[in-house]
Amino acid sequence: MKWGDVRTGEYLLPVLDAPLILARGLVKTFGDFVAVDGIDVEVRRGESFGFLGPNGAGKSSTMRMIGCVSPPSGGTLQVLGMDPATDGPRIRARLGVVPQRDSLDEELTVEENLWVYGRYFGLPRHVVRERARQLLEFAQLTDRADSVVEPLSGGMKRRLTIARGLVNEPEILLLDEPTTGLDPQARHVLWDRLFRLKREGVTLVLTTHYMDEAEQLCDRLVVMDRGRIVAEGSPRELIARHSTREVLELRFDADDHAQHLAGVDGIADRVEVLADRLLLYVRDGEAAHSEVVRRGLEPLSALVRRSTLEDVFLHLTGRSLVD
Amino acid sequence: MATTTTVALRARTAPPQVPGWRAVAEHWMRKYRRVWFGTAISSFLAPLLYLAGMGFGLGLLVDRASGGVGGVPYVVFIAPGVLASTAMQVGVGEASFSVMGGIKWDRIYHGMLATPLGPVDVVAGQLAFIAFRVLTSCAVFLAVAGLLGTVRSPWALAALAVATLCGVACAACSFAYAARLDNDRGLTLMFRFVITPMTLFAGTFFPIEQLPGWLQPVAWVTPLWHAVDACRSLVLGTATPGPVAGHVAYLGAWLVAGVWLAVRVLRRRMVV
Repeated sequence: MKWGDVRTGEYLLPVLDAPLILARGLVKTFGDFVAVDGIDVEVRRGESFGFLGPNGAGKSSTMRMIGCVSPPSGGTLQVLGMDPATDGPRIRARLGVVPQRDSLDEELTVEENLWVYGRYFGLPRHVVRERARQLLEFAQLTDRADSVVEPLSGGMKRRLTIARGLVNEPEILLLDEPTTGLDPQARHVLWDRLFRLKREGVTLVLTTHYMDEAEQLCDRLVVMDRGRIVAEGSPRELIARHSTREVLELRFDADDHAQHLAGVDGIADRVEVLADRLLLYVRDGEAAHSEVVRRGLEPLSALVRRSTLEDVFLHLTGRSLVD
Repeated sequence: MATTTTVALRARTAPPQVPGWRAVAEHWMRKYRRVWFGTAISSFLAPLLYLAGMGFGLGLLVDRASGGVGGVPYVVFIAPGVLASTAMQVGVGEASFSVMGGIKWDRIYHGMLATPLGPVDVVAGQLAFIAFRVLTSCAVFLAVAGLLGTVRSPWALAALAVATLCGVACAACSFAYAARLDNDRGLTLMFRFVITPMTLFAGTFFPIEQLPGWLQPVAWVTPLWHAVDACRSLVLGTATPGPVAGHVAYLGAWLVAGVWLAVRVLRRRMVV
């Protein structure tokens, strides 16, 4: 191990506008399978950056490469101005990682998990104890400090994992599917915590297949599909560029909604046929609905809503984010 | 790219010096604190039961029939053997299911490797903890064996070191094996078809000269036989430097090979 020098001496860091993460043509293959197929990514300091895509889009593989636990198969990658291939330990010393699947020590208590983890970064005991106290406060786990981890709820374990990822005061926090598998209330508690970190200027990089999560947390995101980036921008930009302002959802009493396509012809800029409904992409949903009524169509239900990233994804790939 | 300006920044945290392996060993010690009583009971009691049952029970028959083994009572003969095999069992026991757990169940190795730690630290730290476990288990056993009058020489303290070396060497090999497995059936097989036969046939309970001729070379190859032979000569006070040094060197080779393999297997499994 040669990570002593990281923490003792001075080191050079390109500042100003230098991206914290810079990937060019990044590729990850497993045998014949191409998980990440030549992506370009730039993440800047203080920004909250997301990878949005369905399961298997290559998000986690990308995160593992950025986290320096998975060597890239091709292209270039720089994290904090360093090369993961040669400076992995030095980079990891300054990252916080919240993996997709928890890796807590379930036999230890909540607080002990933070202590042992802090020591991995070479922190002195008194520093670890002090930070653990603050982080428990942050993660709203102070009253569970002495509980063994194993019986805790999924939401609590997630918050503990996030607290653990902050123990080294990282410059970038990597969150892989931070709220997958949590109930709605636990998700909102978690989002609130992440939002606080964002406001404090922590650079967040997260993957998600929930479009609401991406909209809540990301300043900028890339939409990934089958290992490639298919769109990039802020949530609002992406919606403006790839969707209409509003969506009219129509449900009919029909096995195949495509049979109602002719009936709505001309009402919308674009129509998507899903298994259980038609999505009409329009500027004014109410007006479109009036037109549907005027034509004498009788949907079981009609709903007007704003366009979301889900619509962007559907438009770009022809598929839904969550199957 | 606006990466033209570079500025020297001072690392924000004071320079702490905790070697990676030590942080890992601390973690295992902390886990051990919660379960030490149970494991202490089993790691001390099991060898004592062997000593009592085999040594004093079976030993009575052996001693009556042939006046002991190699000129000493049977219980004195097997005590160093049980010492060495205890070391192996504790070592392997601590580097089997816990290794699989670190990879697959609670996945703590994944957590470790997301930090500055690398596979070398993960392996070295756990083996350091295992050395402590083996040493303490064997020390208590040796103390009790001494009280029962089966220790004949102060060189028994050196036997303690040899036994610990054997335990850690076997643990390293077990780590490498466990880190390759997809499920824990392979571990059950290892205990049933490697560890138990080795305990029985590597000179622990009878001299390997009793084995059929073709089986003796198999016993020579096992690390346990070398530990048993060295421990026996040291505890009985009949040791000569040459053979003991040979045994220690052989066990050292197993340790080096085991550590090398364990690190390699863990890296291949985790860093992909």
